[in-house]
Amino acid sequence: MEENTQTVHAPDTKEDDQTILEIHDLKTYFHLDEGILKAVDGVDLTIKRGKTLGIVGESGSGKSVATKSILQIVDPPGKVEGEIKLKRSRKGKEEWIDIGKLNPTGEKIRDIRGAEISMIFQEPMKAFSSIHTIGNQITEAILIHSEVDQEEAKRIAIDFLIKVGMSNPEQRFDQYPHELSGGMRQRAMIAMALCCNPAILIADEPTTALDVTVQAQVLDLINHLKETLDTSVIFITHDLGVIAEMSDEVAVMYLGKVIEYTDVETLFYGALHPYTQALLKSIPSVAHTKGELDSIKGTVPIPMNLPKGCGFYSRCKYAVNGVCNVDDIPFTKVNDNHYVRCVRLDEIENRG
Amino acid sequence: MIHYIGHRLLQLIPLLIAISIIAFVIIQLPPGDYLTTYINQLELSGTKVSESAIVALERQYGLDKPMYQQYFIWMKNILLHGDFGRSFSWNEPVSKVIGERLVLTMVISIFTLIVTWLIAIPIGIYSAVRQYSVLDYIFSFIGFIGLAVPNFLIALVIVYFVFDTTGIAITGLFSPEYADAPWSFAKVLDLLQRIWVPVLIIATAGTAGLIRTMRGMLLDELSKQYVVTARAKGVAEKKLLFKYPVRVAVNPLISTIGWTLPTIISGEAIVSIVLNLPTTGPVLLDAFRTQDMYLAGSFILILSILTVIGTLLSDILLAWVDPRIRFGGVEE
Repeated sequence: MEENTQTVHAPDTKEDDQTILEIHDLKTYFHLDEGILKAVDGVDLTIKRGKTLGIVGESGSGKSVATKSILQIVDPPGKVEGEIKLKRSRKGKEEWIDIGKLNPTGEKIRDIRGAEISMIFQEPMKAFSSIHTIGNQITEAILIHSEVDQEEAKRIAIDFLIKVGMSNPEQRFDQYPHELSGGMRQRAMIAMALCCNPAILIADEPTTALDVTVQAQVLDLINHLKETLDTSVIFITHDLGVIAEMSDEVAVMYLGKVIEYTDVETLFYGALHPYTQALLKSIPSVAHTKGELDSIKGTVPIPMNLPKGCGFYSRCKYAVNGVCNVDDIPFTKVNDNHYVRCVRLDEIENRG
Repeated sequence: MIHYIGHRLLQLIPLLIAISIIAFVIIQLPPGDYLTTYINQLELSGTKVSESAIVALERQYGLDKPMYQQYFIWMKNILLHGDFGRSFSWNEPVSKVIGERLVLTMVISIFTLIVTWLIAIPIGIYSAVRQYSVLDYIFSFIGFIGLAVPNFLIALVIVYFVFDTTGIAITGLFSPEYADAPWSFAKVLDLLQRIWVPVLIIATAGTAGLIRTMRGMLLDELSKQYVVTARAKGVAEKKLLFKYPVRVAVNPLISTIGWTLPTIISGEAIVSIVLNLPTTGPVLLDAFRTQDMYLAGSFILILSILTVIGTLLSDILLAWVDPRIRFGGVEE
C-alpha cells in the first residue's frame, strides 16, 4: 500500500509522560493462497497510564487481531509490521522498546508477554487448559516472570484469587477449569493476567461469553482493579453499552482501520463518521419503543482485494461515487481529541 | 480413583459372561462341525466310516449333547480347572497349543506397541509443528506407503532381500539350534536378537497410521485458545508445546491401546505365516478352517478378554491423565 501523506497520527502525545504504549501504522497481513488478507491495515493507537482505551467494531473489523499483534501472538501465517513502542522502567530508568521489531518467538518478547502486557480472552473455558489446575496455570506465569519459588508463587496466586473475589481461593487453586462456573473462570483468568502486575491489560471481549448478571460483576472488577493497580486497559468489545461503562477513549474500527477516535463523551454525543452514527442508532433504547430498530445493511466485506477508497462505501448512506471510492481516506483531525476517517465530514456536520 | 476402578471392574462381570456365550455361539454357527471335516478327510483317504463309528466319535468329543450343555461343560472346565477343552486337530489340550504362542505373541505385541509409539509420536509432533515443511511431506509420503502396502508384502520383500544378499534366513523367532530347546537365558537372548525384524515389519502400518493421527490431533490442538493464552503469558515455545497441546493430543491415543492389544495378536496372521513365527495368528486361522471348535472358541474368548482388559487399562490411564474424565465429564 502506498503511504498516505495526509495521515495524521492519532493523538499527538508522543512527548506526553502519560503515554505508555504508542502504536503507529500497525499492519497485520495474512498472506493466503487467495490473496493478501489485510486484517489490520495501518492502525495508530495511544495508550495512557491508568486509562482505558475501548476498541469497538463488528466481527471481522480486525480489533482482536490488532491487539494480538501488540503481543505478536497472531496465528500463522499472519505477519505484523509497524511500530509498537512500549515505555517501561528498567533499573529505575524509563526506556522505550519497539515490540514490533522483536523476534516473535524470542526471549525479549516473552519477557513482555504476561509481565508488561497481559491479556484476557473471550471464553475462559477455552482459554484455560482443561487438563491443568487453575493454580498450576496461574503460578506458571508468576514463575516465568519473577524469581520466586513454588511456595511463594502459590501465595501470590492465592492473593490474586482473593483480589478478584474468588470464594474459597485455597480450594479453587487445586481445581480444574471445568469445575468452576463461567464467571469464576473469568475471574481466575483476570487473576492470571494481573498476577505479574502488568502495565497494560488487554481484555478481548471478556464478557461476551458470560451471562448478563455476571457480565456486570466482571466489568466492575476490571474497573476496580484498574484503579487499585494503576493498570491501563485496552478493552475490546462490539457492545457500545460496555464501551460507555469502561472507556476513557474509544477507537472505532472498520475493515482493519480506525475510522473514528475520540473520548467517550464525544463518541456518544458527537460522533461524525457515518459508520459510528449507524452503530449508535442500532442500540436499543428504552425511550424509543416504537418502530423497528435500525440496523446497518449488509455485512463487513472480507478485507481481501478491496477496491480503493472508503471501506464503508458500499453500506454508507452519505457515499458519493467519485468522491469516496477514489483514493484512500485520510484520518482527519476535527479537534484535539477527535479524529475521523471520512471525506464527507462537512456534509454530515451540516445535516446535524 | 479407586472407586472408579472398582466400579469398572464390577461392570466387567456381565460383559465377560455375554462374551463367552457369544464366542461359543459364533463357533457353532457355520454348518457342520469338526466331525464333518474329520469324516470328510477319512473318506477322501479311502476309509469308510460306519454309522456306529460316527456315533462313537460324537460321544467321545461330547458333540451329541445339546449346545447349551456343551457350553456349560466348557465354561465349568475353564472356571474350575483352567481347562479350555481339547483341540481336535492337534489332539492336545487347547491351553498347551495356545500357551507358549500366546506369550510370544504378547511379547511381540508389546514390543511393536512401544516401537510404534516411539517412532510415530515424535514424527507426528514434528509434522504438526512444521506443517507443510519438506520433512513433513517426506514423512507423509513414507507414511502413506506404509499404510498402503500390506505388511506381509513388506515381510516377503525383506526376507527375500536379506536372504539374497547375505544368505541368512531371518524367518522364525529363534535360530535353528534354539527352536526346540527348553527355555534358557541364551534362548531369551536369541529371541531378543531376532524379534526386531517381525516387530519392525508389523509396526509399519500402525506407525504410519499413528503418525497421521498424532499429526491431525496436534494440528487441531495447536490452534486452540489455551495455546494462545499460554503464549500470551510468556511461556517458551518448546515448553508450551509439550505441556499443553501435546499432552491433550496424546490422550485419545491412550484410549486406542484397548483395541491395539487384540488386533496385534489376531491381525498379523499372514505376516506370521510369511515369517514363520510361532505365534497365535496362524493357529487361529487353522482352527477356523478345520472347525476345531474348542481351540477357535478359546481364541475368541481370550482375544475378547484381552480387548476388555485393554479397554479397562486405557480407561484407567485416561482417567489418570485427564481430569475431565476423572470427574465425570465437562459441564458446559
